[in-house]
Amino acid sequence: MKPARFDYQRPADLAGAVALLGDGDAFAKVLAGGQSLGPMLNLRLVHPGVLVDITRIPELARVEEDADGLVLGACVTHAAIEDGRVPDVTGGALAEVAGGIAYRAVRNRGTIGGSLAHADPASDWTSCLAAIGAEVVVCGAAGRRTVAVADFMVGVFETVLAPEEIVEAVRVPRLSPGARFGFYKFCRKTGEFAHAIGAVLHDPERSVLRAVIGATDSTPIVLGDATELFGGDAARVSFDRAAAARLLEERGLSDDPFARQVHLTALERAVERMHPA
Amino acid sequence: MKTITLGVNGKEVTATVEPRLHLADFLREQRLLTGTHLGCEHGVCGACTILVDGAPSRSCITLAVACDGADVRTIEGLEDDALMAELRTAFSEEHALQCGYCTPAMLITARDIVMRLPDADDRRVRVELSGNMCRCTGYMGIVNAIRRVLDERKRAGA
Repeated sequence: MKPARFDYQRPADLAGAVALLGDGDAFAKVLAGGQSLGPMLNLRLVHPGVLVDITRIPELARVEEDADGLVLGACVTHAAIEDGRVPDVTGGALAEVAGGIAYRAVRNRGTIGGSLAHADPASDWTSCLAAIGAEVVVCGAAGRRTVAVADFMVGVFETVLAPEEIVEAVRVPRLSPGARFGFYKFCRKTGEFAHAIGAVLHDPERSVLRAVIGATDSTPIVLGDATELFGGDAARVSFDRAAAARLLEERGLSDDPFARQVHLTALERAVERMHPA
Repeated sequence: MKTITLGVNGKEVTATVEPRLHLADFLREQRLLTGTHLGCEHGVCGACTILVDGAPSRSCITLAVACDGADVRTIEGLEDDALMAELRTAFSEEHALQCGYCTPAMLITARDIVMRLPDADDRRVRVELSGNMCRCTGYMGIVNAIRRVLDERKRAGA
């Protein structure tokens, strides 16, 4: 299982990467950590003409913290977040999510930008960053734009990225001291892709009560205002499973009984696990 | 073809490689370092695990060209490592290997666990080993070997 032939470029800056991706003649794929693309290449599930390695671009490794929150360059690895080698504005939520991704060897190279751009339905970051209310900073030939993570993934392995666009950074809002975040990932084997993800953020100071069901057949189900899940009373924050089932059915959650059961339970357990941020 | 320069087990190496050559094949086929093994070749079994810039990494889904400028260390390059020597003894005495196919990668992951998580209990060790598959031992001996080294290091105040 070896990849088909491809060319390889390693631009020194963002403009160079965008230019390579914008070359209409070549089928170019971005390479960051390679933990998702690598297997696809080895299994010949994808045949790019050229790989654009972005790991030498300094802008993509930046980490900046200010009063509003944290900016993580696209090439920040899951391990760096897990280990607390980047600042924390979420009361430990980011590190908790990062530490549950695949295996340590994968986390040492896999990147937060890559995870979002790859848009695997089971992706931990796509679901959890949507719950946290993070944004993706996208860079392309026409300049920069910002997209809410909740709006970034549009289908299986499909995002709003145009062919010559690249994830530049992720912007994570600073959670209030009283915020509570809960996250539950249903796996039968440690490190495997999630069968169901539940994530919930309650940040009353910023009037946020957001719930996400992830690892569906396609995009996560984001409930921007999850008050109904809690009996219409955000202050109570005790989970109404029947309301959740109804809401999720409306939003297109699979009617397969097993899928329903695991997804609802994942959300319920995420609520149970809410701890102070 | 691309020309790369990287550190392999402490030596600077310059080589010309096809972009699609992954690091495991580069090490095995061009450098004849066959201690690194291939199992699934898609990042799941862990048999290919080596150190890139000090961090355990899957060499089967890492491209050799992407390691230009990197410091790569395989099981062969850890022969003189003190912690690795303790682990090899423990693996041997605790029956942590049978066929030995998973063992080089298992040792590299084990070394990382001991260095990073000196207070790991059995459960944590098992979680951290989840990326390295063994078809022979049922893992008990591997966990015992790692715990033994962790406990010995604690007693010695390391």
